[in-house]
Amino acid sequence: MRRVYLDNNATTPVLPEVFEAMRPYFGERFGNASSIHHHGQESRAAVERARESVAALLGSRASEIVFTSGGTEADNLALAGLVTAGDHVITSSIEHHAVLNTGRHLEEAGCDVTYVPVDGRGLVDPDDVRRALRPNTKLISMMMANNETGVLQPVEEVGKVAAEADVFFHTDAVQAAGKVPIDVTRIGCDLLSISGHKMHAPQGIGALHVRQGTRIQPLLYGGRHERSRRAGTENVPGIVALGKAADLAVQGFEHGDDKNTAALRDRVESGILAQVDEAGVNGDGAPRVPNTTSVYFDHIDGEALVIALDLKGLAISTGSACSSGAIEPSHVLTAMGLRADRARASIRFSMGKQSTVEDVDFALALVVEAVARLRELSPLYKKAAISN
Amino acid sequence: MSGGVDSSTVAAMLRAEGHNVIGLTMQLWNQRRLAGHEGMPESVHGRCCSLDDVYDARRVAEHIGIPYYVVNHEERFEREVVRPFVQEYLSGRTPIPCSLCNNHLKFDQLLIVARQIGAEQVATGHYARVEFDEARGRWLLMRPADRRKDQTYFLFGLTQEQLSYTLFPLGNMTKPEVRELARQHGLALAEKPDSQEICFVPGGDYKRFIDAYLADRGDALPDTAGELVTTSGEVIGEHGGIHNFTVGQRKGLGVATGSPLYVIQISGADKQVIVGGEESLYSRTLRVSRVNLIAVDELREPMRVSVKIRHRHEPAAAVIEKIDSAVTTHSGESGDAEILVTFDQPQRAITPGQAAVFYDGDIVVGGGWIV
Repeated sequence: MRRVYLDNNATTPVLPEVFEAMRPYFGERFGNASSIHHHGQESRAAVERARESVAALLGSRASEIVFTSGGTEADNLALAGLVTAGDHVITSSIEHHAVLNTGRHLEEAGCDVTYVPVDGRGLVDPDDVRRALRPNTKLISMMMANNETGVLQPVEEVGKVAAEADVFFHTDAVQAAGKVPIDVTRIGCDLLSISGHKMHAPQGIGALHVRQGTRIQPLLYGGRHERSRRAGTENVPGIVALGKAADLAVQGFEHGDDKNTAALRDRVESGILAQVDEAGVNGDGAPRVPNTTSVYFDHIDGEALVIALDLKGLAISTGSACSSGAIEPSHVLTAMGLRADRARASIRFSMGKQSTVEDVDFALALVVEAVARLRELSPLYKKAAISN
Repeated sequence: MSGGVDSSTVAAMLRAEGHNVIGLTMQLWNQRRLAGHEGMPESVHGRCCSLDDVYDARRVAEHIGIPYYVVNHEERFEREVVRPFVQEYLSGRTPIPCSLCNNHLKFDQLLIVARQIGAEQVATGHYARVEFDEARGRWLLMRPADRRKDQTYFLFGLTQEQLSYTLFPLGNMTKPEVRELARQHGLALAEKPDSQEICFVPGGDYKRFIDAYLADRGDALPDTAGELVTTSGEVIGEHGGIHNFTVGQRKGLGVATGSPLYVIQISGADKQVIVGGEESLYSRTLRVSRVNLIAVDELREPMRVSVKIRHRHEPAAAVIEKIDSAVTTHSGESGDAEILVTFDQPQRAITPGQAAVFYDGDIVVGGGWIV
């Protein structure tokens, strides 16, 4: 069966060049980057080259990059490493659980957290952030791009709010890295998280940009790795892969890859809107990353649609999966004010560097057919048809 | 697929027979939701919808090589099963959530999802049989080979359409045979114990569940306390709430008398619990509403059947007949009219809220809810 993967916001395949770059570090270049001998030096050099590559992607300095086990750890380190009991934190209601649940933990630990709302397009109003400031506000954490809708938040304006108030600013850029150019100076952030597997490096590697002079407490106690900001022997193959993926992302922007991706995304959206009635794009009208579209199909259950499509060879997703693997109602779409049934009727397509026009056309044909079948068998749709 | 032996074995059997099988588990209730409330365990292992069960079901699917998905029906389960369950108790009735779940979730929502994703039939691990009867032109629900596992009592609400899409592959097998087959298919859970209680009520303590559920919703427990009254109308004490009682109950009445007292009736309207001697527990008649007929399209004249009034009840000989109702609704549809059941011999502890299911030998004629 032909299988097409359009769920790249969940994870991306490791690009062949990335895999080739990391492969030697599983075998002949196995050294511990902290060792003083030849093997250690070889690994150390590779780690530091990768650090420069990641810094180049973010407009950061190599010394400001801390490698972590992934985006979740980077987010945890940014928040829990900076904030202590009695501090106030401002974040948004549409953050990833890595930030939201760290926020909940901080609340239990004696911090105050404000979750600012979003409008119908999924955008935070920087003035809401400004109004939420308190004398004890220590940190603003605002995601750069949303994982479900792809909506880009006004992080530069939020950065100005943070600078004016002299509070720290963290942005979770996990869903932005590799998709849109990032410059930590323009954003004005002190901390920025990225994840390898969302940008064609493997799972289990991420990084946190920590602006020079920002003192953070480590989450893990151990050796003095990563300038005492993250203990534990470096994941050398993962770090090398993240460096290579960062290089490829920078080259991609030079070659206009993001415009090609946007064309694929637009092809999905216009194809659906032309062929399916009672459908629409969540976050329409807001600036978005080029690879993501969240679409609702009224009167259907997104969960059943995802299963039906998977059985036909198309991998897409809806909402975020809970621990059992079932779908939970999306907190992001709900925060945007979507009716519960429309939030449940939404699915997400997310393109990767490997995605092609053929993939998109395959997906479109399957989606149009599956939505028709689901509606035909949907009591909701029949009820709506009768009442019209 | 619940993650238990029965549904797992069904999946393995059908796969071995060459069917194109898709595994589905319904996520119905979050066991952690009430954790931390008084009397609720902090963590619950090996129960319906627990992560352990989903893990077991997923392992089976992977082992036999079928696609597997978890579908979330928590919201509907709460609306159609949990809330009515609580409400029934608070109204002085003794509910059967499993039947509600079968009617509103397993053979309704699950069937819809199954058809939407392209499945032609839905197989479950229930112990029952389903067959099309050419002579009657109807789908029949029948008792299984393993009488001790008979689940037809909980399935009386199935419609002809639902039955037409349903497979019960265990209908001709006994439980030991099912376990043996599970072993033959190399299923690691072949020895997993049967589930016994109501899946969402930890430890079977429904009173604590009701308290915890209402507290979680921020609702106050309604005051259902009232008087303890004898069958002759004498007030002999007070009780703490009608939901603490069920018909036939003897223990926990809080009064000491010379002869044993039983709960005879619970009157939701005036919050009275009526108690009396064992002889008062027996009754020859009952009425059911919300009737579903399976083997016949309509009950035109009185019919001799045997009737089961609770899950662990040996069907008793009775005559069923339609009650002429002053209120006429859509003609001929199941569910409108009430049915009167008259037993040959008086039956013990006929309990409102339970189902009465009518059998003609192995065939389920239909059933309804005892009023």
